[in-house]
This record gives sequence, C-alpha cells and structure tokens, in this order.
Amino acid sequence: MTVFIIRRLMQAILVVLVMSFLVFAGVFVVGDPTQILVADDADQAERARVIADLGLDRPFHEQYLKFLGGALSGNLGESFRFNEPALGLILERLPATLELAVVALAIAVLFGIPLGTWAGLRPDSIVSKTIMTGSILGFSLPTFWVGIMMILLFAVVLGWLPSTGRSDEITTVLGFPTTLLSADGWSHILLPAVNLALFKLSLVTRLARAGAREVVHQDYIKFARAKGLSESRVILVHVMKNILIPVVTVLGLEFGGLVAFSVVTETVFAWPGIGKLLIESIGFLDRPVIVAYLMIIVLIFVFLNLMVDIAYSFLDPRVRLQDMKS
Amino acid sequence: MTAIQDDRSGAVAVSADAGVETPFRRFLSDYRESPVAVVGAVTVGVIALIALLGPWIAPTDPYDLATVSILDSRLEPGEAMMSGTTAWLGTDGLGRDMLSAMIYGLRISLGVGIGSGLIAMLIGCSLGLVAAYYGGRADTLIMRVVDIQLSFPAILVALILLAVLGKGIDKIIVSLVVVQWAYYARTIRGSALVERRKEYVEAAASLALGDRRVLFRHLLPNCMAPIIVVVTVQTAHAISLEATLSFLGLGLPQTEPSLGLLISNGFEYIMSGSYWISTFPGIALLVTIVSINLVGDRLRDVLNPRLQK
Repeated sequence: MTVFIIRRLMQAILVVLVMSFLVFAGVFVVGDPTQILVADDADQAERARVIADLGLDRPFHEQYLKFLGGALSGNLGESFRFNEPALGLILERLPATLELAVVALAIAVLFGIPLGTWAGLRPDSIVSKTIMTGSILGFSLPTFWVGIMMILLFAVVLGWLPSTGRSDEITTVLGFPTTLLSADGWSHILLPAVNLALFKLSLVTRLARAGAREVVHQDYIKFARAKGLSESRVILVHVMKNILIPVVTVLGLEFGGLVAFSVVTETVFAWPGIGKLLIESIGFLDRPVIVAYLMIIVLIFVFLNLMVDIAYSFLDPRVRLQDMKS
Repeated sequence: MTAIQDDRSGAVAVSADAGVETPFRRFLSDYRESPVAVVGAVTVGVIALIALLGPWIAPTDPYDLATVSILDSRLEPGEAMMSGTTAWLGTDGLGRDMLSAMIYGLRISLGVGIGSGLIAMLIGCSLGLVAAYYGGRADTLIMRVVDIQLSFPAILVALILLAVLGKGIDKIIVSLVVVQWAYYARTIRGSALVERRKEYVEAAASLALGDRRVLFRHLLPNCMAPIIVVVTVQTAHAISLEATLSFLGLGLPQTEPSLGLLISNGFEYIMSGSYWISTFPGIALLVTIVSINLVGDRLRDVLNPRLQK
C-alpha cells in the first residue's frame, strides 16, 4: 500500500514538473510583453531597463530555474500589469471561483440525482424520456450561449436578477470570504451557478439513471420490498445509497473540471474569479499570471487525481495489484 | 484474410440487389428504427448542404464592404436593408445581414470542426494502432501521454495551447487536434487489442506482409465501427469548443467570424435589447451540435455488437 502511494506521489510530482516546464516554455515563446509595458515614446535605454527589471534579457534556462526556485518557495513572479505577486492575485480571486463551483456542484447533485433516479425507476414513462432528451440537450448546449440567453431572459426581459458581477456583501466564514449569507449574494450567484451546473447536471442525471436501473433489479431491493418496507423507504434509503457510490467518485474528479470550465461562465457573467483573470491576462500577455493560474490548476487536478487513485486502491485491491505488475 | 476481403467486396456488389440482407442494409434498417435519429441525420445533411452551397444561397455577401452599410446596423428581424433586401434575421452592429453572416459562419465552424477532427483521427488512429500492435514500450509511452492528457478537461488543454500559440485559424485547428487525438488513440487501441489476436492478422503476418500493410489494410478496417462513433461525437465537441474559444477571444480573428464569434459580437448589444445578433447564430450552433449528437448516439447503439440482436 505504502509503495503504491509513494509511486503515485512520484508520478504526480513528475507530471507537475513536466507541466511546469511545458507551461513555462510555452508562455515564454508567446509575444513580447514589452510592447505593452513600455510606453511607445520610450527610448532604447528605458526599454533596456524595463527588460532587465523583468529578467527578460537572461537566457531561457536561467529564467526557468529562477521560476522553479521561486515556485517552490511560493513565489510565481510578479504580474506585469498589477505589479503585485501573481500568486497573490490568484489566491485573492480563488474564493469567488470556488464559491461558484461549489454552488454549481450542489445544483447538479440536488437536481441530478432525483431526476436520474426517477428516469431510472420508470424508464418508459414520458417524464423519463423528457428527462433523458433534456440531458442530451444539456450536453450539447454551448455553455457561453446559454449564459447569454439567461442574461437576456432573466436580467434584460424579466428584470428579476442582476445581469453580471458578484455581490459586495462579503462575509468571512471560517477564513473563507463568501457572499452566500446575503440575499443579494444569492441573486448574483444564481444565474452563473445554474449556467455552470447545466453540463454536470446532465452527467449526474445520466449516472443516477444508469445506477438506478442496475440497482432496482438487485436482490437486496427485492428483499427490502419483501420485508414490506414502504416504497419511499426502499427508494430513498436502499436505492439512493447505492446510486451515490459512482456519482460521488465521478464528482470528485469533475470538481476540477468545474473550476476549469468556470473560465467561460466567469467571462459571460463578469464574475470576478480566477477564470476571468486568466482571460484578461492572456489579452495583456501578463505571463507570470498566466503561468501562476495554470500551475494552480495543474496542482488542483493532480491532487484530485491522486486522491481518487488512492481512494480506489483502498476500495478495490485489483487496481493496486495491476499497477505493481506494470 | 482473403475471405474477409471477399466478403467485403461481395457486400458492396450485392447491395444493389433488392431483398438480400447485407451488412450495410441491416445497418440502415436498424438506424431507421429511431425516428429522432433519422430527423438528426436529415438535419445534418441539410446543414452540410447549406455550408457547401453557402456563397450561392446567402442573400448578401456580408464581407463585401461595397454593399455593407453602417446605416443598416442593428435592424430588427424582417426589416428591409438600404439595398432593398429583407434582413429576415436582422442585421448586426456593422450592418451585415445576420442570415448571410450565419451561413458564412457555419462554413467556418464546420470547416474547423471537421478539419481538425480528420487530422486528429489520422494521428490518433495511427498512434493507437502502433500502441496496440507493437505493445511494450511504445504502448506504455503513448498510453501514458493519453492518460495524462485525458485527465485534464479539453477546454483547459485548449486554453493553455491558445495562450501559448496565439490567435488564428491554423492555431485553433492545432489545439483542437491536440485536444482530440487522445480519444481516437484510446478507442482504436481498445478494439485493435482484441482484433490483433484474431487469425486473419496472424495469417497476414505469416504471409510476410509489411507491418504497415497489416496495420492499415487489415487491422484498421476492422476497428472502424467504434471510430465512426467517436468521429461524430468529437466533431460536435470540436465545433462547440471552437465556438467557446472564439467567444473568449482566443479563437478565430474577427476577419474569419465563425458562429461563436458572431454570438460573441452580439453579446455587447444584449443589454440594449438587440437580442437577435446573439440568439440566431446560437440556435444555428445548437441545432448543428444536437443533430450531430443524435446521429452519434444512434450510431453508438447500432454499431455496438453487444447490443445487436
């Protein structure tokens, strides 16, 4: 077991290292940030001074090693645009993105599991077929367009909800700044969270349906019915519990996807999270921020994958053995 | 192996003959059992035709600066333009007829989606076949790269690449290819591993045929069914992804407006109530993606040997 965890950990570190190199090398070859940062009328000496300040005149490997050394001590460089540490900029905006992703995940689970279970228990009813067609639609709808249409309907035509932005009423709970404690916060987060949740909602619905169809034919369900338990108890306790296992596993992995996909939703709804920061930074060629964002995201992903791998190896010894052999 | 090839050519030859059941005819009748999927296939055909005939059926040329007039900007659907043509779907902020812009945009969206899909299929299938046929180190190396790449969401990989490469139609095709190839490689490796153990491959190898011939003439044709499904699903995905990236301002330049870019351009007018600029290209995009997905969904059922009666 320990050997397995150590092996996976080494692999994870290797992936992070390779990604850091690829990201840094890639971003290094992108355009020339001095074009934006140096005033047009600046003379040669002024240009040279700025370039030297940013360390852009040194050879590539030196810049990379400096970056790697800095990264290990939590310093991912300074933003060209804000003159602030890039990591700080990301961490400042991370709570907004996490808040959005958590609410979206909650929506996907709270609606997806009941809808999917319903569709799985009565596969031939019209409601179930509508749910399943709806889930194909959920997979096909381009997120950004749905977001625009939601703004059009709920903010412009009906005027029920604010169109963009995040509420200013931020309260800090256990060190985590959140807007979820105020009505204003909820009115701002509702549209973007539903938008972000749509894709995962379809996924959860389909998983729950597949799970329900499989579970209802199991002996323990027949036994529960034979015991004379009420139908609601059979479904809520016996069926639901067993559907949850695959759903929870997939969601662990999909949370990273939500954080990554929030780039789109945040841009549509002007949600002040890390995704919007990334898009702006790409526009401004703000290299340190781009690199810092990508490194944070890679870390989140590698961490989630590692956790799922380890959890699996606990649950299913075959995974561990297979890995040993290869 | 010759038996199999004979069987193939035979199938094509007799398909003209009425009443004989051939694999292709069986496939068609299976497919037709789902009316929704038939509607999907017809829609895909119509959309492809519109894209192919684009310049001849569009009411105006939206990129001909001589005819586009700023005086026509943001006309509501159904209003007449200065030139006398009716803008059935309205005009955008620059006075371009939306219907024409959408037809031109559809050409670009489909072109990018299908083009990148085909290149990704070529690369992915070749690498997947090599991994399955040779096994060992080649297999480990290729599949490790596939595993790592698939553990990140497609949009993230594409974002990283476009942040690195910059804008442009060639760059977006490159990033879509990178995003997609791994799905093809994984799919074909799975079926090639099964096919590789069959006797016709052994027969071909014992005839001392070259590796390339065995791979592409014998193994590949027998692994095509799952690949066809992946092609449809991935094409729909690529079209959607391109639209998303263009919306984020990372995809195509303004000179080559795909459906995604048209939606993005309309976004700034949403607040002032000019709903049509974003809405109609979005509906076109949606119909395209949904109908391709419906076809893919049905193909998955029909071509899956486990579900066959």
